[in-house]
Amino acid sequence: MSLTVDLHGKRSWRMMKSHFMVGLMFLAFLVILVPLVAVIGTVVAKGAGIVFRDFPDWFTKSIPIRSRAKGPGMGPAIVGTVVITAAASLLAIPLGILGAVYLHEYGQQSKPARVIRFLANVMTGVPSIVMGLFIYVVFTLRFGLSGLGGALALACLMLPVVIRSTEEMLRLVPGHLREASYALGTRKGRTILTVVLPAALPGVVSGCLLAIARAAGETAPLLFTIGIVNSTNWNVFSGPNTSLSYQIFRNATDPRAGAQERGWGAAFTLVAITFLFTVLARVITARYQRRRG
Amino acid sequence: MTATLPGSPPQHPDDLAHQLEGSGDVADRSFRSLAYVAGGLVLVVLGLITWTMASRSSDALSHMGLDFFTTKRWSPPNRVYGILSFIWGTVYTSVIALTLAVPISLGIALYITQVAPLWLKRSMIYIIDLLAVVPSVVFGLWGVLVLSRHITGFYGWLSSTFDGWPVLGTIFGSNPQGRSFFTAGLILSVMITPIVVSLAREVIETTPQTEKEAALALGATRWEMIRGAIIPHSKGGLVGAVMLGLGRAMGETIAVALVIGSATGQITLNALAPGNSMPAVITAEWGEADTLKKSALIAMAMTLFVMTIVVNMIATTVVNRSMKKSRGGA
Repeated sequence: MSLTVDLHGKRSWRMMKSHFMVGLMFLAFLVILVPLVAVIGTVVAKGAGIVFRDFPDWFTKSIPIRSRAKGPGMGPAIVGTVVITAAASLLAIPLGILGAVYLHEYGQQSKPARVIRFLANVMTGVPSIVMGLFIYVVFTLRFGLSGLGGALALACLMLPVVIRSTEEMLRLVPGHLREASYALGTRKGRTILTVVLPAALPGVVSGCLLAIARAAGETAPLLFTIGIVNSTNWNVFSGPNTSLSYQIFRNATDPRAGAQERGWGAAFTLVAITFLFTVLARVITARYQRRRG
Repeated sequence: MTATLPGSPPQHPDDLAHQLEGSGDVADRSFRSLAYVAGGLVLVVLGLITWTMASRSSDALSHMGLDFFTTKRWSPPNRVYGILSFIWGTVYTSVIALTLAVPISLGIALYITQVAPLWLKRSMIYIIDLLAVVPSVVFGLWGVLVLSRHITGFYGWLSSTFDGWPVLGTIFGSNPQGRSFFTAGLILSVMITPIVVSLAREVIETTPQTEKEAALALGATRWEMIRGAIIPHSKGGLVGAVMLGLGRAMGETIAVALVIGSATGQITLNALAPGNSMPAVITAEWGEADTLKKSALIAMAMTLFVMTIVVNMIATTVVNRSMKKSRGGA
């Protein structure tokens, strides 16, 4: 490897240049802080007031049918986001963990496993709107609009993310744990269930929480699959539903003040939910790292 | 196993072992097949996407032929569907996003891995990750209600300052709009920064410690060490990281749909003009679409799918190769 750097210049000049470049790098970090602070600041400033002004009503009342009406609430959207994301997680997390178990414990470096690992990586980049249209074609056209359609689309998005993060965690489980289990006469499947997965559990859980946080904020896959509704629908399996993300999108394009207020309120609620899951994931990871030393 | 319960048949240890083995074998095998099925699911889903999208888009593609990709006239009432201007919108916004995000992301990744002390490193990673979980629709809401309204003054200044300059005069052209290619690119650049930073960090950290120390021992400053040891070592991986960011930017839907300005038929280098991108058009026009138009929109999604898949495949291959090489060399 050829070293392309000329080390003959004057030391003080080179040091100054180095400090300057390091300064630029830190400046890049400060630059990215601007939109982060601006977005979160605006959401809190405009949204928190609306959520807490109508404190219980915001979470319980139906969405006003006429969008120019002011006031709460977002109950149906909160319920929709929770049940759709929960259904998606119930589908994607077990399958994703099993997929990772296949890749790391069974397939390993075999040809099919390498192909699936590659495609799982590629699948994380499939645009969410494509997943939404895909589920529209294979599910919604036949069974109609429902929360389940949205959950299927979200599950397709979550699956490769869960596979990747879980496989990463399985890789950290030391091989001697597996060997100790085999030495006791335990079969492979049982070893995975009782030794390998429990050892990787905190990391797996934290990866899954991050996947849930991302899925809860998705909008595009829900546009074609869940429809729209103004009253609460707890039933994921039938009837149109709605979600916080969808309500934000709808109210963002509505010029009326009442609608925009609800948009900011919904944004605050959604950001609070996703941050809660992210922080939870962080806490679990931190605990885990401390325990391992 | 000498004592047996009265009434139960005596069991030979071998029988017991055999029984255990038998039941264990079934459970073990079924668990294994379950894992295989779950692994295969990735193939099934990707295959199904390709197949269903292709079959659903055939109506529009046979109606329009190659004109679907090569003309910019999009007029559903006349049953004319040309998506060239939307392809342009997708590509142009993504290029703007990369131009802004790449230097910033690489700077942050280098600072985190090479300069920051441990405590600062942790909090920086934490903050960047926070950016990754802000839902795209929230960026869109902020973009359309706050950014696009307040940035018009700045755009006006850009437009008049660079008026008549060779390249910048074209990019920051006349008649600037708050909702435009540039606003979409700006929002996209913020959204793809976390993913580029985290991948770039991974790639940079594969640089062997010995090479960095060798550079420092020769008297290189920190910056010279980065240029001489880290950049040559991780160039391939960094290109891959940037390409994955490109894939994300092309597929991003909601935030772009809200801020790009929804102007049909725009193929211009003027970044301050409104335009439209493929995912944004699908989002906006799906509701009132008839069968042929739905087919055209699905064909557009198929085009987007193929573009992002190709970009992602190249990027993943590049990253994998670079990681393997550096692991092998370490």
